[in-house]
Amino acid sequence: MGRVEIRGMSKLFGNVRAVDHVDLATNEGEFLVLLGPSGCGKTTLLRMIAGIEEPSGGDLLIDGRVVTHLPPRMRDIAMVFQSYALYPHMTVYKNIAFPLRARGVKKEAVRKKVEWAAEMFKIGRLLDRKPRELSGGERQRVALARAMVREPSVFLLDEPLSNLDALLRTSAREELRQFQRRVGVTTIYVTHDQIEAMGLGDRIVVMSQGKIRQIGTPMEIYQWPADTFVATFVGSPPMNLLEQEDVLLGFRPETFLPTDAVEGSEGVVTYPFEVTYLEYLGAERLVYGNVGEKSHARHVVSRLPGSLTLPLEAGKTYPFAVARRDLRQFDRKSGLARSGDAA
Amino acid sequence: MTAPPHPESSPAACRGGVLDREGALAKLLIAPAVIYIAAMIGAPFVLAILYSLSDATTGDPGLRLVGLQNFQAALSDPVFRLALRNTFVFTLVSQSIVIVLSRILANALLKPFRGKGLVRFLVLLPWTAPISLGTIGWLWMYDSIFSPIDWVLRYLGLLGTATALLGPQTNLYWLGVPGLAMASVILVNVWRILPLATVIQLAGLSSIPRDLLEAAEVDGASPWRRTLMITIPLTLPIVSIAFLFGVVFTFTDLVVVYVLTRGGPVHMTQVLSSWTFFKGIEAGDLAQGAAISLFMFPVLAVVAVFILRMARRTEVV
Repeated sequence: MGRVEIRGMSKLFGNVRAVDHVDLATNEGEFLVLLGPSGCGKTTLLRMIAGIEEPSGGDLLIDGRVVTHLPPRMRDIAMVFQSYALYPHMTVYKNIAFPLRARGVKKEAVRKKVEWAAEMFKIGRLLDRKPRELSGGERQRVALARAMVREPSVFLLDEPLSNLDALLRTSAREELRQFQRRVGVTTIYVTHDQIEAMGLGDRIVVMSQGKIRQIGTPMEIYQWPADTFVATFVGSPPMNLLEQEDVLLGFRPETFLPTDAVEGSEGVVTYPFEVTYLEYLGAERLVYGNVGEKSHARHVVSRLPGSLTLPLEAGKTYPFAVARRDLRQFDRKSGLARSGDAA
Repeated sequence: MTAPPHPESSPAACRGGVLDREGALAKLLIAPAVIYIAAMIGAPFVLAILYSLSDATTGDPGLRLVGLQNFQAALSDPVFRLALRNTFVFTLVSQSIVIVLSRILANALLKPFRGKGLVRFLVLLPWTAPISLGTIGWLWMYDSIFSPIDWVLRYLGLLGTATALLGPQTNLYWLGVPGLAMASVILVNVWRILPLATVIQLAGLSSIPRDLLEAAEVDGASPWRRTLMITIPLTLPIVSIAFLFGVVFTFTDLVVVYVLTRGGPVHMTQVLSSWTFFKGIEAGDLAQGAAISLFMFPVLAVVAVFILRMARRTEVV
């Protein structure tokens, strides 16, 4: 139940390819995150899966059934919109009941299901209120309840946490993940926030300019980015990229440390690091500076854990190093990762 | 020791004084509106009440109060009662048609299509034309002998032959047959009000967030259910405003009836405003005319209250 398969799907808006020949398949019960900068086509892809955007080409299968040209109501999917799209003239109860009533479920059964959903999202006391009387977090729960109440086989979420404040977002993320694990519904989740993507996804699909750049687990995406786009989009600060002859050498800021702090059974690469600027962030320090010769792209960042109290000063040069196993290579022209990792 | 003059107390700064005092400025800015309402609406209204309680005529507009005589006379006049009934029929039928047609038009204009700008322009055109000129155009369309509508019907074989659907006569006499005359007047009024109602409905429809309709679609609602459960409830306040404005315009309209039928045939299309005009101005009985026109006041007052309430509701949602 709930396997979504996308075959060669495209969407053109005029001459713009919003989605460009995307192939993608979810596993059953998986939490799949579509991650990318705004305008990368992730929301358009989600809307095509939902059926509210007609694809310009390609096919969509849900549980092996071709649903490309079926209206949304015949796809057995549910969606939570970024704005939540709660019906403003209906009470919370009627909002949650709406998908059931639309399917002609009997009144008594509707009541039971709505109470079940309200219980699950702890919004039982809000059932008589109108959406405008709810806080952002409550609205988000109502939207989730409305989507889940008819137990769809696929659950689509379009940046559902982006309207919450930072504190609430963290707890909502945790709840969402636990809830998805519990009900085991295949979930496709769109976000531009890499922290959300890393924290929530079983797998992450990184998109850019309508194309998929990489599909992988959060760890694969972070440790082994498929190209320089993924390397610099995921991670904050992004992966350092150094030009070296015909390759770009990549390493994460937290692997670029004072020579004494680097351990590497396979050896280390050392650089004289000319510090230009320091940021103290409590749990860590960000050290900005340059390495190597002036003619190359040589600006790099080092992220030092708070436990490393070594005194550093802007304007001075220190010996820094990266373990060989932490170095990644990318082709200078195509930006694609090269197999074989050592420099 | 003499201090140099403070810059704010110099004569130049004092001249800005009135504009700086918010209370005075508010009164100044609102004065034109108050004067306008008092002179153009308040005074005639008071005068109408005074006339309706007097025996004034155009020949002798002096005010000798006679109590409620004029209202009693109006109520016992069968033409007045007919005009009262006609006014309600005219208003409610034409506005019901307007609401349905304007929703259909607005829905069509919401979708992108080639030549949309031209269609929108044509839909709005009746509203921009002077009402009297437009109605005179319709007078020609309804001409008892040269009516182009009759000509088309004859051409289609619907009129003028022994077996024709609409009868063997060569003309329908749009403004000469009681039922047909009322229908003709209503049609012209629909043509007249439709543009305004369409624009209001269009505003209402485009104010519904697209997300909501898409959510309803994903939630499994059929197009019919989406209309019934989402679109209509969400546009109800603004549609009511379109309806109530139409009611006010139609209820008080004189031109359409005056130009097309002058209330005929035999008062069958007489409405309160036309009857007021014939009685009060053409027949010279100012007092009677004033009394008849005041019968419109309670209806319009109720409509005005509803409009204000609806306007508030649209703000809240």
